[in-house]
Amino acid sequence: MDAFVPFAAIAASTLFILSLMWMSHPSTARRGVRAGEIGMLIAIIGALVHHEMVDYTLIIIAMIAGAAAGIPMALLMPMTAIPQRTAISHAFGALAVGLIGAAEYYKHAHAEYAGSFVLWALMFEMLLGFLTCTASVIAFAKLQELMGSRPVSFPGQRIVNGAVALAAVVIGVMLAIDPTQTYLFPVFVALALLFGILLVIPIGGADMPTVIALLNSYAGLAASAMGFALGNKLLIVAGALDGASGFILAVIMCKAMNRSFANVMFGGFGAVVAGAAGGKDDRVVRSASAEEAAMQLENASSVVIIPGYGMAVAQAQHKVSELYQALTKKGVDVKFAIHPVAGRMPGHMNVLLAEANVPYEQLVDLDDINPELPQADVAVIIGANDTVNPSARDDPQSAIAGMPIIEADRAKSVFVIKRSMNAGFAGIDNPIYYNSNTQMLFGDAKDMVGSIAKELAGGGSGLH
Amino acid sequence: MTALNPDYLFVFILAAFVGFQLIKKVSPLLHSPLMSLTNAIAAVVIVGAITITGEEGATPLAKTLGFVAVFCATVNLVSGFMITDRMLKMFKPRGK
Repeated sequence: MDAFVPFAAIAASTLFILSLMWMSHPSTARRGVRAGEIGMLIAIIGALVHHEMVDYTLIIIAMIAGAAAGIPMALLMPMTAIPQRTAISHAFGALAVGLIGAAEYYKHAHAEYAGSFVLWALMFEMLLGFLTCTASVIAFAKLQELMGSRPVSFPGQRIVNGAVALAAVVIGVMLAIDPTQTYLFPVFVALALLFGILLVIPIGGADMPTVIALLNSYAGLAASAMGFALGNKLLIVAGALDGASGFILAVIMCKAMNRSFANVMFGGFGAVVAGAAGGKDDRVVRSASAEEAAMQLENASSVVIIPGYGMAVAQAQHKVSELYQALTKKGVDVKFAIHPVAGRMPGHMNVLLAEANVPYEQLVDLDDINPELPQADVAVIIGANDTVNPSARDDPQSAIAGMPIIEADRAKSVFVIKRSMNAGFAGIDNPIYYNSNTQMLFGDAKDMVGSIAKELAGGGSGLH
Repeated sequence: MTALNPDYLFVFILAAFVGFQLIKKVSPLLHSPLMSLTNAIAAVVIVGAITITGEEGATPLAKTLGFVAVFCATVNLVSGFMITDRMLKMFKPRGK
């Protein structure tokens, strides 16, 4: 049976690569999932038939228990909980990596392995694995609102973080050089776990897309490092693919906010700049009613809807879809402008709108929608704020200067659905609310969009 | 093994480049399902967990750690693939 093992690894690697290849487009993506599943099955069989395997009882129990937990989770999870689910799955994956590393370390805790490559790789793998585990748990807690999404900061934070990281690395190095000091090992694990917590508590809710992507990348890299330690090429390949994916997504998110990794990870954004707004209260805000909005939308020939995290919070995606259907029925061209960092994870808005039956052709990326906005008759902003803030483009002094925005203010007229005049996550004043072509629709996103859709479906029938 | 086997580095570099090229082509529409798919794929660490749990001469400690690791990885791979598919099922073209 052992002859099968290397071929299983090659087959699984190939299928994983195909799986990602097919993810390029919605029409082939489900085939990608099938390829991934088959690859995984082959990999698992490859591990089970290995000649050194003597005891299957525990493995089977663990797999049945894992499936019993995983299947209901997958079936019952509401789509609005996808960011939390992603965060907690990184924690599970990273924990598995860390624990395997720990078991391998104890296997190698003998003088003859001192300074060997295996130990270096294991220490690196565990550092990454354990810190990703707790960091993901904190990200989960923030997304699930078990703890506040505002950044947590304390005096000397950077010094403490740096000291903990340094201590973890130093002890890791000591263990690699002399693995027989087993009493140091729990300290090493504890420091890595602590560092993960410290890393994520100062990061605010709106930076979650970057953080989740980065943790995805870490989890992958840890798996790859484990491949180096165990001499398993399949793990190296799968980990590298995951690592590359998370890294690219994190880069896309950072670019979409015009910020660096360092700034996201250590910036404490949002805590510092809050309070910059205010002092200009003489500006006029125009507000409108649902009927007025419905009338103007109905007479438009093209409408761009810009959703943000507020749409997810209000669970307004189904009402937004009703609005889309009503307008489409009346011959209005409706597109959705999706900012890469809208929501709490990469692609968050797309999943919610797809769930609400908006065809994916109507979901347009930032770069493609901006040239169309000056021709749009109406832009409707639903729960988005910083991603449509023109000061990012116009005011070099702004805290978000240079961040690419959806240029909603270029549309002929703009509706903003918003609860109140409070500033957004970044705490920055948004001049778009005071423009002469902007009308505010104050209220809950779900109720407001619902009443506009109702007006369009019923009340407005006499106009056409 | 006391030194780095250059073959592994070779495999890693190639896989990372393939990864970069493939991920760049993924439509931004699918970034959420992409994350859950890569997460499920990374659960292939179950291979390592299986080995430490069931191999000859495994200590009780190794068995315990391995048991938890197999459990965690199984949760991830089962729910990861299933949720990815659930999400992708929702992405429909116009007129469907």
